[in-house]
Amino acid sequence: VKSNATRLVLALALATAPSVAQAHAQVAEATGLLTGFLHPLTGLDHIIAMVAVGLWGAQLGAPAIWMLPVTFPMVMAFGAFLGLVGVPVPYVEIGIALSGVLLGAAVMTESRPPLVIAAAVVALFAICHGHAHGVELPAGTSGLTYSIGFVVATGLLHACGIGIGTIHRWSYGRLALRALGGLIGMGGLFFLSQAFA
Amino acid sequence: MTGGARILRRAAAAAATLALLPKGAQAHLVETGLGPVYDGAAHFALSPEDYVPIVGLALLAGLRGKDQARLAVLLMPLAWVIGGVLGSLPDAPALAAPSWTAFLIVGGLVTTDLRLPIAVTGALIVALAIVLGYANGLAMAASGQGARAVIGSTAAIFVLVTLVAALAAGPTVAWIRIAWRVVGSWTAAVGVLLLGWSLR
Repeated sequence: VKSNATRLVLALALATAPSVAQAHAQVAEATGLLTGFLHPLTGLDHIIAMVAVGLWGAQLGAPAIWMLPVTFPMVMAFGAFLGLVGVPVPYVEIGIALSGVLLGAAVMTESRPPLVIAAAVVALFAICHGHAHGVELPAGTSGLTYSIGFVVATGLLHACGIGIGTIHRWSYGRLALRALGGLIGMGGLFFLSQAFA
Repeated sequence: MTGGARILRRAAAAAATLALLPKGAQAHLVETGLGPVYDGAAHFALSPEDYVPIVGLALLAGLRGKDQARLAVLLMPLAWVIGGVLGSLPDAPALAAPSWTAFLIVGGLVTTDLRLPIAVTGALIVALAIVLGYANGLAMAASGQGARAVIGSTAAIFVLVTLVAALAAGPTVAWIRIAWRVVGSWTAAVGVLLLGWSLR
């Protein structure tokens, strides 16, 4: 019996031996693809703004339907870059809340400004959202997979907005979209009150 | 307890202690258990800093039509294997080529759907694939797998580039072309973020 117990201890010890870690292509990556992917999904103020960008793009039609979602991730990444390197952007939280208010209002009223104005509005808010994400990103020597997850999640939120926005082709869909814009605007107002609280 | 059993128990305890000692992780490659060729392919498949720019280059060429897509299928693996073999040579100097440059260049070009002449596309493919392949070859050499692993990664690249370039060059509806450009903007955005990480 003792001999068997000894063998068992030995086997367990060997089984718990740390095998050499594999898949070290990303040495010391920050926190990985999943954490980066989940980061934009953890704040409702970010989610409503990202979805609103897609909704507004769908309402505006081509070329805004693709120009806004193409513009947003790149400018947002620039905002995150500013946050990462420590460049301050004033009133970021207010800007994020205002993005919900104004983008929601734009969807609710089916606002159709010139494309340059729409792109500039989206870009301005993208910098606020990006900066907030940038200062929150965990420190690490390699953020590649984190960055990929982060950007893809943001893009997919826009895609959700565009997908929902396709109901715009029907009359009741247009009404529903406007109602959704109103809800987003109200959400933005809530976050604005929180920002000033 | 007999003397032999006591010795055996002490030996077991010593073995358990030794087994629980943490080993230092070494940045070695993926081990599939199928040999260096498959290890090289698996390493490539698990290295976004390698395959994202390669996919971007294939998209860039494919968006410009079948001629540039065919060029990419030919040049990309060729340039990669040259870079990989050079990188896996003994005493090959280390390369300081940050990932964000490839992401920014390729992503930016795909996003803007720039109508590059075929010579420029070819030159870009050769330059980037050699640099990326060289960095990959250095990693292969560090793991002791060398040129055989480069063969595996080259085969993976050939398959990937052929599929992506054919998808982008084939007859598609307008929104798919836009989707490729969105992928380009995501790639460029990742490049901007990586630049920020590197300066943090």
